[in-house]
Amino acid sequence: MSARARLAAPLVVTAAFAAFPLLVTGFYLEFTTKVMILAIFALSLELLVGATGLVSLGHAAYFGIAAYATLLLSPQYTAANFFWLLPATMVCAAIYALAVGALSLRTKGVYFIMVTLAFAQMAYYVFHDTPLGGGTDGIYLNVKPAVAIAGWTIVDLGNPRTYYYVVFGCLVLVFAFLAILLESRFGRALAGIKSNEQRMRAAGFPTFWYKLAAFTLAGALAGLSGFLVAVKDGFVNPEMLSWHESGAVLLMLILGGMGRLSGAVLGAFAFALLQLFFQWEVVFGNFAQHWQLLLGGTIIASVAFMPQGLIGLPAQLRAWRSRRAARARDA
Amino acid sequence: MSIDAKLVGARDVHVHYGEAHVLRGVSLTIRAGEAIGLLGRNGMGKSTLIRTLMGHLRASRGRIEIRGQDGARMRPDRVARSGIAYVPEGRAIFGNLSVRENLMVAARPGTGGRDDWPLPRILDTFPRLGERLDHGGQQLSGGEQQMLAIGRALSTNPDVLILDEATEGLAPRIVQEIWRIIGTIRATGIASLIVDRNFRTVLANTDRVVVLEKGLVVLEDRSAALAAQPVELARRLGV
Repeated sequence: MSARARLAAPLVVTAAFAAFPLLVTGFYLEFTTKVMILAIFALSLELLVGATGLVSLGHAAYFGIAAYATLLLSPQYTAANFFWLLPATMVCAAIYALAVGALSLRTKGVYFIMVTLAFAQMAYYVFHDTPLGGGTDGIYLNVKPAVAIAGWTIVDLGNPRTYYYVVFGCLVLVFAFLAILLESRFGRALAGIKSNEQRMRAAGFPTFWYKLAAFTLAGALAGLSGFLVAVKDGFVNPEMLSWHESGAVLLMLILGGMGRLSGAVLGAFAFALLQLFFQWEVVFGNFAQHWQLLLGGTIIASVAFMPQGLIGLPAQLRAWRSRRAARARDA
Repeated sequence: MSIDAKLVGARDVHVHYGEAHVLRGVSLTIRAGEAIGLLGRNGMGKSTLIRTLMGHLRASRGRIEIRGQDGARMRPDRVARSGIAYVPEGRAIFGNLSVRENLMVAARPGTGGRDDWPLPRILDTFPRLGERLDHGGQQLSGGEQQMLAIGRALSTNPDVLILDEATEGLAPRIVQEIWRIIGTIRATGIASLIVDRNFRTVLANTDRVVVLEKGLVVLEDRSAALAAQPVELARRLGV
């Protein structure tokens, strides 16, 4: 790809997303808003899995905790102020991530995966089995937070089109923040840890603290997506913290391609669109109720045939074409 | 810093791998500006001693000192930040980072805020790296990867450079190049601990040599003096 195309592609995509609400309303607008929130969630996990090499199977805990915090911290009959509620929910998620990271980062490999899963399940059962968050029924948000300064509302989060732009802005900011972070010395250190942690320690890096910082930051960003989904739906339930949710976000990364931020965004969109497609009764009839089977099969096929995910597909096709051309020349 | 200043010291160090008693009371001192060769056949404990000095392994007995501080419980990153740079056996680079990133990620001032090895000086020492700054680490040849590993160690402005089998598996021309660079680094006054199979080259490029056998120091002398004992060396180190 030329330098101009490399610069133009994100600008075109950003412009298309900015123009999207001017063209559609209703379901498609809400669906795209939801997927952009999932993309933020996937980006937060990418910081751990793709950038640092830490495969967490409990990432939904921070997503769910922030979502619950959004509702539990909101006054019952008046609107909470967005400017303190959003940081507060992210801090709640970050604190839990800090505690989980401080303990789980002492383990490695499959033990790390299982410990993160165990901590997420603990959080899940707290909300599932206690009245804190309404038990299995979950809880509802009566009044959406107000983006207000000195009592003057500047953005109406209840308007789907406005909310789309808020989420879109968050996605762009998170993407840009992570892109800058990964280009920084901190990001290079994370890449070094992913490549060989012992070598990084030998180079003078206290790797545990670097990993803990990445883990906590990833938790806070997952918290941002939890906040956004809670405000969008006005409802949370314990399923948001379940291992299914942690597995789904990991599948988004696998589908999109790990190690690149755009892979996480692409994976979130691909995952949500495939889910929607396989639930389409016009195409699949009654079999649409078994959409998980079709989605699972597709992901298995994608792992087998696209090991670098969707983001690596163009490079894979170029390599395949050049191999075919070389074979043709030899023949 | 005076020539007598002790940077790294090991006294009566014992290390076990489970039941195996790998180091059986090794003592070693690295002083400022001194180049030491660590020799021995395979499996005699050379890498184990280095890894213990660097904090990657814990000594079961004995004392380790890093700049006068108790190093036995020091984490590897603290040892490294005390001015001890380690180029481990194998291609010790970060394959997922470019050459420039490999050099920049570890760069930091040395003790007392020294910055003797900024990027331009490293690239002057390793001109091949300068030609491949934006290449990925995995795209380099074995010799270039080794140069990158040494360059990265220098970017930490160390007082001691530990090289474990820096020329292993490299073409003879590249081996010569690496030894030339080691000579250049030695001339700058950085102390070094060098492990290499080619004991004759080690003798020619160091001040003092320590020979390990079955986890014990069996020979220790000035390199020139040991070079005059070819029969003894062949008996201890020959295949």
